[in-house]
Amino acid sequence: MKKRPMTLAEKILSTKLKRAYVEPGELVEVSVDLTLANDITGPLAIKIFESTKIEKVFDPEKIVLVMDHFTPNKDIKSAEQVRICREFAKKYQILHYYEGGACGIEHALLPELGLVGPGDIVIGADSHTCTYGALGAFATGVGSTDLAAAWITGKIWFKVPETIKFVYYGKLKPWVTGKDLILYTIGDIGVDGALYKAMEFTGEVIKRLPMADRFTMANMAIEAGGKVGLIEPDKITLAYIKNRFKRKPLTLKADKKAQYVEIREYDVSKIDLLVALPHLPSNVKLVKDLSEKIYIDQVVIGSCTNGRLEDLAIAAKILKNRKVNSNVRCIIIPATPNIYYQALKKGYIRIFIEAGAIVSPPTCGPCLGGHMGILAKGEKAVATTNRNFVGRMGHPESEVYLSGAAVAAASAILGYIGTPEELDIKWED
Amino acid sequence: MEKIKGKVWKFGDNIDTDIIIPARYLNTTDPEELAKHCMEDIDPEFSKKVNKGDIIVAGKNFGCGSSREHAPIAIKACGIACVIAESFARIFYRNAFNTGLLILECPEAVKEIEIGDELEIYPEEGKIINLTKNKIFFTKPLPPFMKEILEDGGLIPHIMKKFKTQINL
Repeated sequence: MKKRPMTLAEKILSTKLKRAYVEPGELVEVSVDLTLANDITGPLAIKIFESTKIEKVFDPEKIVLVMDHFTPNKDIKSAEQVRICREFAKKYQILHYYEGGACGIEHALLPELGLVGPGDIVIGADSHTCTYGALGAFATGVGSTDLAAAWITGKIWFKVPETIKFVYYGKLKPWVTGKDLILYTIGDIGVDGALYKAMEFTGEVIKRLPMADRFTMANMAIEAGGKVGLIEPDKITLAYIKNRFKRKPLTLKADKKAQYVEIREYDVSKIDLLVALPHLPSNVKLVKDLSEKIYIDQVVIGSCTNGRLEDLAIAAKILKNRKVNSNVRCIIIPATPNIYYQALKKGYIRIFIEAGAIVSPPTCGPCLGGHMGILAKGEKAVATTNRNFVGRMGHPESEVYLSGAAVAAASAILGYIGTPEELDIKWED
Repeated sequence: MEKIKGKVWKFGDNIDTDIIIPARYLNTTDPEELAKHCMEDIDPEFSKKVNKGDIIVAGKNFGCGSSREHAPIAIKACGIACVIAESFARIFYRNAFNTGLLILECPEAVKEIEIGDELEIYPEEGKIINLTKNKIFFTKPLPPFMKEILEDGGLIPHIMKKFKTQINL
């Protein structure tokens, strides 16, 4: 049988198809291991599914519904959307329906519960479904119609993507995290730099990178237009999925001679704390290079990008025994109930409240301008979220600056966009 | 597919789904309601100005951002018959086909079309005629699979055709 060396994306697809190889550009139809929708995209998928009069979903155990965007329900219409999903879940005996105290932000919740793992094919009616690429899953966002179709057939078609390989080497500077690496990458290639393509994150830095940072990087692959953002499963991955993921993981690796459409190498020792200025995630600047002080009204630490325990730990380190600036509202959103609970046990929540921050229940809330922290005209926010488009967090004339948790927490104290170093806080402390 | 004739509304690069339909209006799936807010944050009067059959022409990466299918639904429901762009973000591209919004990728045409130009489009042939400037452009042909989806009237009718054959066996 003819073979060809393959990238990780090609390897996953060909293995799932039980074929010797696949090639970029060919159209393939694969079975899905998991499908996902939320309280915004779910009701539309349900409407489309029900229009077909089909009485059965392909597999009730492979459908996940997470009510995380406008919840706790912000208004009557949102409550109605959730009701549609709840009734659908009951009718079709959907095992994985998450609402209320069981609910967290979908892309933090699914890996935490062990619902996704290496080698899985996952489609989600949410663009940040690519987050699971951090586990080595071929996971990508789709619309509600693609999702409804998969609920019927259990399958999805893809064009096999070309792959861009990103190699990160060198030593990370203090405070620099996966968020800075991915912002740097998007700044380099642009918001359509990986359009239709798979991104493969590799190199010695990635091999040492904790899961939380890997999730952050894979999460923002879509911000460069990527179809998937993949990291090879390794010891760190297996340690994470242990006691969570119940199925047998498919731990595939890219072939040494795989063909990449492009290879980009980054010396991370040159990367410092970054911020993406309005209104594109690619509009990246070094915080220390900002020419003037950018005064802010709000800080958001949370989201599927950076609402994990590790992010809260960084925020706690900075906010401990300090006060949020009186001109700033600092909103901290643990991404899941478990993260919230762990943060409580570790004393982070107490630190946040003593600092004058607001601790919100898990929700996507302000990230998409839904609720729990909407900006007024002319207001500026630093957020650990993923998009800074026009009107993303509120009024069309408000502004969002994207960063990691360190810059966000430091800025909350300073009242303008800055770094922990300006507060004389050492990473090692 | 029928011929399209309409006036052009032109936009730049990276028109994201938060521009097309802001998330604050996503607590409904009603096309008419969504249409009212289409492009609102960069042109508050957009949905009122559009006439049925009009055409959006935009730069690179149209529809980037969220996976919300509410975006092509809002565009279609406010009367736009076709979007021509230099390139489309991948989820939007799929969503447009799946919901029956005609989209055409044609960088050459985009450069030479201005707001207010009148266009005539022959989708089958991939032919775009700029009546105002008297110029003709051709788009890349659709992949056969995508054409099949369009001809079946969208993804759901397409898979139902296949699915019904399967369950009848």
